[in-house]
Amino acid sequence: MKRHLLEAADLDRADATLVLDTAAQIESALAGREVKKLPTLRGRTVVNLFFEDSTRTRISFELAAKRLSADVINFSAKGSSVSKGESLKDTALTLEAMGADGIVVRHGSSGAPHRLATWVAGSVVNAGDGTHEHPTQALLDAYTIRQRLGRLEGVQVVITGDVLHSRVARSNVWLLHTLGAEVTLVAPPTLLPVGVGSWPVTVSYDLDAVLPGADVVMMLRVQAERMNASFFPSAREYSRRYGLDADRMARLGEDAIVMHPGPMNRGMVIAADVADSPRSTIVEQVGNGVSVRMAVLYLLLGGPA
Amino acid sequence: MTILITNVRPYGEDPVDVLVADGVIAAIGADLSSTAQTLDGAGLIALPGLVDLHTHLREPGREDTETVLTGSRAAALGGFTAVHAMANTDPVADTAGVVEQVWRLGQQAGLVDVVPVGAVTVGLGGTQLAELGAMADSAATVRVFSDDGKCVSDPALMRRALEYVKALDGVVAQHAEEPRLTVGAQMHEGDRSARLGLTGWPAVAEEAIIARDVLLAEHVGARLHVCHVSTAGSVELIRWAKSRGVQVTAEVTPHHLLLTDAQAEGYDATFKVNPPLRTAEDVAALRAGLADGTIDAVATDHAPHAGEDKECEWAAARPGMLGLEQALSVVVGTMVDTGLLTWREVADRMSVRPAEIGRLTHQGRPIAVGEPANLVLLDPTARAVVDPAALASKSRNSPYAGRELPGRVVHTLLRGELSVRDGKVQK
Repeated sequence: MKRHLLEAADLDRADATLVLDTAAQIESALAGREVKKLPTLRGRTVVNLFFEDSTRTRISFELAAKRLSADVINFSAKGSSVSKGESLKDTALTLEAMGADGIVVRHGSSGAPHRLATWVAGSVVNAGDGTHEHPTQALLDAYTIRQRLGRLEGVQVVITGDVLHSRVARSNVWLLHTLGAEVTLVAPPTLLPVGVGSWPVTVSYDLDAVLPGADVVMMLRVQAERMNASFFPSAREYSRRYGLDADRMARLGEDAIVMHPGPMNRGMVIAADVADSPRSTIVEQVGNGVSVRMAVLYLLLGGPA
Repeated sequence: MTILITNVRPYGEDPVDVLVADGVIAAIGADLSSTAQTLDGAGLIALPGLVDLHTHLREPGREDTETVLTGSRAAALGGFTAVHAMANTDPVADTAGVVEQVWRLGQQAGLVDVVPVGAVTVGLGGTQLAELGAMADSAATVRVFSDDGKCVSDPALMRRALEYVKALDGVVAQHAEEPRLTVGAQMHEGDRSARLGLTGWPAVAEEAIIARDVLLAEHVGARLHVCHVSTAGSVELIRWAKSRGVQVTAEVTPHHLLLTDAQAEGYDATFKVNPPLRTAEDVAALRAGLADGTIDAVATDHAPHAGEDKECEWAAARPGMLGLEQALSVVVGTMVDTGLLTWREVADRMSVRPAEIGRLTHQGRPIAVGEPANLVLLDPTARAVVDPAALASKSRNSPYAGRELPGRVVHTLLRGELSVRDGKVQK
């Protein structure tokens, strides 16, 4: 493994597979144990540096670090640098002086973890940066697919929603491609980036056309404010064309699964009866998130102190 | 003061001696003799002193990042004898008072002619014309008007500005950026922005304004200058407009001649600039446009910024990069060494044309007897690695840090006085 986990795009197949295998080992090591804790990172300090609110991701990383016996500090620094007080660099140098071995960073600006990594000696884990990447989400998604379907090679994955603004989509595109899956992005053209043609994916504007061949359907969140910026006319029209309801779910193959990185917008993007169906992996994804993040922290920080 | 420059090659042609006396070129010939101090010009090329149409000197308002004096030093070291100081200072240069202040500071520094640019609209607000006539009539004799940093996006206001400056023999220098197409924009919109997750700055946002403005300039018969052209499409539009006889001129920056959006990898905000670095195809089109004269001038868009405004996350960083001290080297590397421009053409694009556009009568003159002795003497064979810490600018945001560039400015003369001697600024 490299020293940092900044983006799924720079994980090669061996490293990505190592993370998934390690997560599986950790999960089986802890299965059935009353005390769900490993001593691996005892004496190591992990800082959760969150410039954006994200209770789910922060809790997942916190639990992962604690289950590896690391000391965990939650540092919530809302608001952007420069405009409000301390800069990202000063924050980084402060954490460095406190001896943080690992910094898990969530930031509203794309590339903030990359900058941070140039200023600190510890390992930086990207927990979501702007509209760039969210690599541990993609790793847990890949883990979940592999667990459900038994493989990643050749798996047909349809990712639907606001790809333009989605760090989850970017991470999944690169990671799933690296791991041999075939990705189709489905969205209104307004929610696909100019330049998507250079990605290793198939692009479609028609969800109904691609559903029958899908092994996995991943639904991305669409924020209501996009509507006001004319990315699409109305929530109702979006839902009609790109939402996953029971009728569309019925067109899926027998073993196909439905994923959502959360938080869900029930109704608009995904119908409640779809989210709660046996095809849905939404709850498993949360549990798998902890195992995968344990694997990442273990692989980055678990070497000799 | 009298200086005899021996064995120097004007425009890279045959070596001659050049005698400079009382601020003008007094004689040119073989084996001139004089009791004056002598500069050994062997191996050096002489060009008319460079003229920059686009510099941010940051004074008044951000003297922590640059002053008229430090910017003048950087300019002289870059071989410039005149620089246009952009209007987006604090307060904005939108009155006779502010442009005269900047002009006077330039006179006091005494290293280059500091030529203030006046704002087109009050406070760069884009709604009300500034007192363009008062600035034109002031001691600063403003002829170039620009809201640079912001686009005069209101088409009716742009039309009025173009019309109004006709009475002043002025020109509107447009920062071509349709603001509604660049909300939150961070870098060139294309493959890289898609992957890096940075909001795209599409080429069309520049081209749409240029297309509109050349038509407006044609309609009202006014002079338009397009700042920092960055896309292949813009070059095509300007070429088309010129073929129709529109009075349009254009500039390109050194960084747009050399660097591409690949520099955004790693998110080092030193490379954040407006307009953004574009693709290799755009770079090639800009070079071709400069070579065939579609683009009239090289202008630096020298934009000093404090460390804290660059050593931060990309989206929080201010756009802009230094350029004065490396401009000529970049042009040598991208245009001369590649065979796209002769030395005479370099003089045209970096001195003659920008002086004409800015209506500077004593700059951009030929190297000839009786002409003002504004000269740059450069060593075309020298190569050096750029060290930001060694720059004269108060800021360090050079995009060329660590890069080896060809050509070195050895001496600069402003009206017969050495502003730079042996690579050292004299004030």
